[in-house]
Amino acid sequence: MNNDRLGWSGGLVLACAAVFFAVPLAMTAAFSLWEGGNHYGFAAFHILADSPKLFEAMALSIELALATVAALVLLLVPAMIFMHLYAPRLKPLFDFIASLPFVVPAIALVAGLSALVTGPDWLIGTPFYLVIPYFFLALPFVYRSIDVGIAAIDLATLTEAGQSLGAGMGQIIVMVVLPSLRSSLVGSALLTLAVVFGEFTFSNVLIFHTYAVYLNEIGQHEANAAAALSTASFLLTWGAMLGVLLFGRGKAANREGR
Amino acid sequence: MRAPIAWLWIGVFLAFSAAFMVAPAAMLAVQAFSDDDGFTLQYFAELGQYRYVTAFQNSLLLSFASASVGVVAGGLIAYALQKPGTGKARAAVTSFAAVAANFAGVPLAFSFIATVGTLGLLTTMLKSIGIDLYGMGFSLFSISGLTLVYAYFQIPLMVIVFSPALEGMRPAWREAAATMGATSRQYWRLVGLPVLAPSLLASWILLFGNAFSAYATAYALTSGNIILVTTEISAVLSGNVSNEPQVGAALSLGMIVVMVLVLVASQVVGSRAARWTAKR
Repeated sequence: MNNDRLGWSGGLVLACAAVFFAVPLAMTAAFSLWEGGNHYGFAAFHILADSPKLFEAMALSIELALATVAALVLLLVPAMIFMHLYAPRLKPLFDFIASLPFVVPAIALVAGLSALVTGPDWLIGTPFYLVIPYFFLALPFVYRSIDVGIAAIDLATLTEAGQSLGAGMGQIIVMVVLPSLRSSLVGSALLTLAVVFGEFTFSNVLIFHTYAVYLNEIGQHEANAAAALSTASFLLTWGAMLGVLLFGRGKAANREGR
Repeated sequence: MRAPIAWLWIGVFLAFSAAFMVAPAAMLAVQAFSDDDGFTLQYFAELGQYRYVTAFQNSLLLSFASASVGVVAGGLIAYALQKPGTGKARAAVTSFAAVAANFAGVPLAFSFIATVGTLGLLTTMLKSIGIDLYGMGFSLFSISGLTLVYAYFQIPLMVIVFSPALEGMRPAWREAAATMGATSRQYWRLVGLPVLAPSLLASWILLFGNAFSAYATAYALTSGNIILVTTEISAVLSGNVSNEPQVGAALSLGMIVVMVLVLVASQVVGSRAARWTAKR
């Protein structure tokens, strides 16, 4: 009856939202091409292309992101699988740990870490020390995603089936369990990559030159170059999210096809 | 065959979490409450200083404002997308929301500086047609400016967390209300909003916590102009202010207290919301 009226106001809401979200992106992209006055060009991009520090920072952030994903897959995922198989009583404890990073914000965690961990140098002297806080940064959403994935498969039956066929625990995990968790794993890995790549709090306080720290530095005097990098960051985040969506959709389509 | 290797893995994960998550948090408590002579409340007394009171006020105000903007705008967007025939728009908005909710931090700050900073493109464009944003009292580097920036990730987060609650609203309720002669307004006042209230409140609390713990965006934007709890902690940590690390620990502990309250409140409220949405 009044669907028309709501449709009209609903359209207005969506149009306003589209403007609010599109304007900063469009302006940022345009600003990166602005060279003062009425001049437009790629000067900002030339500055970036000639900056070896940028590529070092990006390489470091990519390495850290990959190392964090590796740590999550090697430590968290097996621990969760074993917990569900052998120690379901520990589930509340695991849930509690996974909620801690929400309660202890990044800036508080880094305050605690710098008070507690003052050595040895081989640990805190390398940027890969950041993988430890990044593990906890990603923990809440990776945990939730894997938890949902494990709930959707019959872990005990899969394991017993594997064992009755003579497979060892390692074989079962690598060949049976991990493939069935594929969509949770890929989704949370991509989100982790995107989050760690842009992470600023830990690297800024602990003074490591990651991508976000570099971006903040260059933004203090090269606003156009910073705008160019911001646009690139947005596209990168978009790429990661698109990957999550496409992978999820492909999986769903497969399931329907069967 | 109770694989001892399983216990090894579980044990390593628990030990790792204890060492690098629980222990640092506990360390904050120890540090904040002790000096050379043992137990002290001195550092918490220092939080009473004007600077730190302002920091907490600003952080709470910014979180309150940006969570409220996020809940209203995000809620309206999520509602508009529930209409039949919006399938394509819904898919586009959902994927954009996933991106924008994660597009926080330094790049977001610079996007807004490029747009509505003092020399931003939109600022100069509006100025050329006679609208002087900064002359009108707007500033990107103020609480209201920060609220605008935070809205960029708060609104999408609201769309993501609130949409499931809207999907749980059964058309039968609306039809039943209409059968009994209720107008649309009556339906919302007596049925719709009471059912959605717990989910709305739970989402608001989540957004509040999200803004309260945000650091990178504010740091890149304000560079010390506006004192927030998070930027104050980082100033103590990087030795920019002549204060003892214990004050940083006390500030962090104060944040943790706020976040614990946020989490407990959202779970209490969330379990009320689940009464309506769980059984289908």
